[in-house]
Amino acid sequence: MNLLTAEATALLYLVVAVCFILALKGLSSPRTARRGNLIGAAGAALAVVTVFFSVRLENLPAILVAIVIGAGIAAPIARRVQMTQMPQLVALFNGVGGGAAALVAILELAEHDDGWVRAAVVFTLVVGAVSFSGSAVTVAKLQELMTTRPVVFGGMRWVMTAVVVVLLVAAVLVIATGSVVWATVLLLLGLVGGVLLVLPVGGADVPIVISLLNAFTGLAVAASGVVLNNVLLLVAGTLVGASGTILTRAMASAMGRGVAGILFGAFRGGSTAGGGAVSERPVRSSGPEDVAVMLGYAQRVVIVPGYGLAVSQGQHTIAELADALEARGVEVSFAIHPVAGRMPGHMNVLLAEANVPYESLKEMSEVNPEFRNMDVALVVGANDVVNPAAKTSPGSPIYGMPILEVGDAGQVVFLKRSMRPGFAGIENELLYSPKTTLLFGDAKDSLTKVLGAAKAL
Amino acid sequence: MDLPTLLTVVVLAVFVGFEVVSKVTSTLHTPLMSGANAIHGIILIGAILVAGQTTEPLPLVLALLAVLLATANLVGGFVVTDRMLHMFRGRNPAKDNAAKPGTSPKEPSA
Repeated sequence: MNLLTAEATALLYLVVAVCFILALKGLSSPRTARRGNLIGAAGAALAVVTVFFSVRLENLPAILVAIVIGAGIAAPIARRVQMTQMPQLVALFNGVGGGAAALVAILELAEHDDGWVRAAVVFTLVVGAVSFSGSAVTVAKLQELMTTRPVVFGGMRWVMTAVVVVLLVAAVLVIATGSVVWATVLLLLGLVGGVLLVLPVGGADVPIVISLLNAFTGLAVAASGVVLNNVLLLVAGTLVGASGTILTRAMASAMGRGVAGILFGAFRGGSTAGGGAVSERPVRSSGPEDVAVMLGYAQRVVIVPGYGLAVSQGQHTIAELADALEARGVEVSFAIHPVAGRMPGHMNVLLAEANVPYESLKEMSEVNPEFRNMDVALVVGANDVVNPAAKTSPGSPIYGMPILEVGDAGQVVFLKRSMRPGFAGIENELLYSPKTTLLFGDAKDSLTKVLGAAKAL
Repeated sequence: MDLPTLLTVVVLAVFVGFEVVSKVTSTLHTPLMSGANAIHGIILIGAILVAGQTTEPLPLVLALLAVLLATANLVGGFVVTDRMLHMFRGRNPAKDNAAKPGTSPKEPSA
């Protein structure tokens, strides 16, 4: 139906674009974030209604069926997925979005004989395909369907170079001739390229790649806005591209690395996964009761949650422990490293799920000067993000990464599975410090025991 | 769209994107990623337009596949972001979310 004039359609799309900007703006505070997201969703719904009334569409019943199926698959998954599996789900949705953009581009190719619009088609095709297959690999890595270690095979560099060269040739041919055959070749090369791009990335760096691919999909959508002459797609895609780029850089700097180093580091031999040497030096370890006493009679306790807490699903137990300590008059706060968990800010989501109020969650810059006023720092399943080697030993793979300075606290308690070094494969000097106590075991089990002992104090 | 208009829109959108996102706290980085992810699901509009103009069977199937994937991206993205943000609450949780099924069964112990 064309009930709406071109002008009315353009104005409605402008409203939608504003809704999307408000959705992102709402995220500047947890208080306004949810409302912002709902405004964004309402905008998206308005956009879909608008498109149905703006132009004459063939195949209307089939389109509606496809929408119902798509929503019918995605909504229940989105509602049921566990919060620890959030990164996989975001990667999955990102991938299908990229795939959709690539399909739209290849189908639109025949409609254009303008060179630079064809260039936009080429861009969308390649970037959408890379995002689709790259996201598929990140999902496989995060879900542990494949190894989380960097995968590099002999001659990979040459395969990659060949893919890029053929891709460039195909791109020129598509722009010059508008050939659908070469566009298909381009699509396939994009898919291969996405796999090759993500395979060499190690487990801890996968979240950064998800963010990067998210930005890629945004750019692909923006380019398809050029192809379809649709300002809304252009604005929305550019917003996502810009925000994704900022987020990717913020994350990379939180880990003290460059984005290029993360993507191509494995090629240079400086693999992100290290050895596993265990030192024989003595450490001080103790039982859950001692830890409970230390915590229960302290004035200020700061909890540093890490990846180990997330994988053992111990977030509810640690929230209970914090409640129990606060009931005894202990001041409890949580120090969150920006890359704790499996995604930046993921730990915040996990703790929010366990009902930890967001006022208790302190960011790194806020909490670092406060460690010296803390009686006990309780480190649960984190290692690299508190390793002083990041500041003191220039040869270390994590050198330069900003860390939580737990060593400044009066006493440090580590809940650890074993003495095995963390993901970066380097020893943590802090474990051998005289003020450090270790409690070995699965994070959740240990926390449950400490909680029981703390309640009995 | 002519090239100058296009560039104007892109440059302004980049600035708005940088400006808005640089204010997001690191606490909300995961919802940000997920929310931005939902927004690019708007490619659904493009997929609908393409599917509505095709008559050949193969392109139609591909276009409908694009509609399906884009809808999954859009709907799933907003739903999961909403769920995440619903969990962020302040020190005095409002009573209205106490009775919701499916939220945490934990009672405050103190």
